[in-house]
Amino acid sequence: MSAIGTDAIEGFSAADNTAQATRDRLRVGAAVLLLAALFGIPLVANDYWLNAVLIPFLIMSLTALGLNLLMGYAGQASLGTGGFMSVGAYATYNLLLRLPELPLPVSLLLGGIISGLVGIVAGLPSLRIKGFYLVASTLATQFLLEWLFNQYGWFSNYSTSSSISAPRLAIFGHDLSNPTGRYFLTLATVVVVTVVATRLVRSQTGRTWMAIRDMDTAAAVIGIPVSAGKLKAFFVSSLVIGIAGALWAFAYLGTVDARSFNLDRSFQVMFAIIIGGMGSISGNYLGAAFMILLPILLDHLGGGLFGGAVDAGQLENLQKALFGALIVWFLIKEPRGLAALLSRAWTQLTSRVDR
Amino acid sequence: MAEPILQLRDVSLSFKGIKALNALSFDVGRGEICALIGPNGAGKSSLLNIINGVYRADGGSITFNGEQFVRIRPAQAAHLGIGRTFQHNALFRHLSVLDNVLAGLIRHCRSSMVEHAFGIGRDRRESREFNRRVDEIVAFLDLSRHRDRVVATLPYGVQKRVDLARALVGGPDLLLLDEPMAGMNQDEKQEMSRFILETNARLGTSIVLIEHDMSVVMGLSHHVVVLDYGRKVGDGPPEQVRKNPDVIAAYLGTAH
Repeated sequence: MSAIGTDAIEGFSAADNTAQATRDRLRVGAAVLLLAALFGIPLVANDYWLNAVLIPFLIMSLTALGLNLLMGYAGQASLGTGGFMSVGAYATYNLLLRLPELPLPVSLLLGGIISGLVGIVAGLPSLRIKGFYLVASTLATQFLLEWLFNQYGWFSNYSTSSSISAPRLAIFGHDLSNPTGRYFLTLATVVVVTVVATRLVRSQTGRTWMAIRDMDTAAAVIGIPVSAGKLKAFFVSSLVIGIAGALWAFAYLGTVDARSFNLDRSFQVMFAIIIGGMGSISGNYLGAAFMILLPILLDHLGGGLFGGAVDAGQLENLQKALFGALIVWFLIKEPRGLAALLSRAWTQLTSRVDR
Repeated sequence: MAEPILQLRDVSLSFKGIKALNALSFDVGRGEICALIGPNGAGKSSLLNIINGVYRADGGSITFNGEQFVRIRPAQAAHLGIGRTFQHNALFRHLSVLDNVLAGLIRHCRSSMVEHAFGIGRDRRESREFNRRVDEIVAFLDLSRHRDRVVATLPYGVQKRVDLARALVGGPDLLLLDEPMAGMNQDEKQEMSRFILETNARLGTSIVLIEHDMSVVMGLSHHVVVLDYGRKVGDGPPEQVRKNPDVIAAYLGTAH
């Protein structure tokens, strides 16, 4: 029985190798096309598209990427995402305010690093507890951070309202306050972080994370530094989420508002990576698209189809119900997320091309 | 006997008052294959777990490569050169064979996370070197054609070999194999025996293994230690142990 199994696998991997070159070329081609489209979008899209659709989509993708490094790759579930976003946003705000001579990218990165350091502290319980208990402790982080930024005025420069307006965005004298400028700032950040994160998950660091996720006792026995690996995952994840939080405040909302980084946000990001695909880089974009774009699409569809005929409040509830039903349907179709669904379709497509 | 690589002296272990190991002492010679046998519950796996630090002994001492310790952490044991495979599959199931074996080299990794993130410094040289070592071990254990497969999709016997490759790639001096042939058919057992013998002969690795199949044990090992209820009832070359009346009474004579 085992001999038959081995033969089948051998045949399969041989076919795999011949198709590999074609598939790689197709993949690179697709990535280049996608990038060209993303950079070309401002030529055709109006401000509404940039402001209300593309910028939040890109930032949500970046946040999802941050959480995915921790949860999808290192296997440490967290509901502190909103909290880390707010750390990034407030840290960057204070850096821009108090050290205005720093260039914007440096302030963004430093804000991210501060968020990463907070992430290490928040990750300390993961050395002793896991699963639901760890989720509960990250929940505590989320509430503590929300309280902290509301309680102490220093973080918001003693502003009287709970939201504060963002300082002017500029890089080397170029004003980035217009939608196109904010879009390019976001896109450039997302591209750079994605490239670095992709490198990282394929390196020994990423392998350490996945080993801890798949079997932590075996990882310890073969000499993998489990505790250090977990804390590194918390650091990198919170760093990326912190940068995303700063962009959310400055490039999307235009204000720093602790209320937009609440527990709902943490859940939204977690749903995005579950739907998109845990332990996958492309899944973050698919999941973010699902969470951000689909509600907008449903909104437009609902307005177009039943506009006037159905009560507006009813329509909104219907859209929410439909959105929930779609989540359930997609997860039944493919529990490993949209990325797995897409890669299956991709394999079918390339195998047809090979023939 | 050759100079011992591992010496156990009066090692004891109990779980909530029940003695699992009772003042156990024996030596494992450098370069030998030592088989631990005994009925279920005799304390064999517990003993391996003590040697590489998964369990903590209540008393006694262990000397490995001239270094004596009472308590060791698993990561320390790995760094000292004690490799380990598992009775129940403990592979990183979502990773490919290549990544599983590469994970066995992580403790030799000197490059930092920043170097990994940007592909700078020692990262490239190190990953080239690691890939070379993995390819060697993968070829040695005849796993080349499975190299890029996700381990969860491989047959059980192949997975056991991946586990061995992961333990071997770091170049351990002592290898602990917990039932490397459990659940295998006769052909797979023979194949695995051959790999264990070749590892011992070509790489000079000392091996302690747990095995129930007596024909395999007799054909494979230089030295057999028999445990029964946490006590040692036999210790010596296979032929001698086979004739020992205590051993026959405790283990070989019983129907199982």
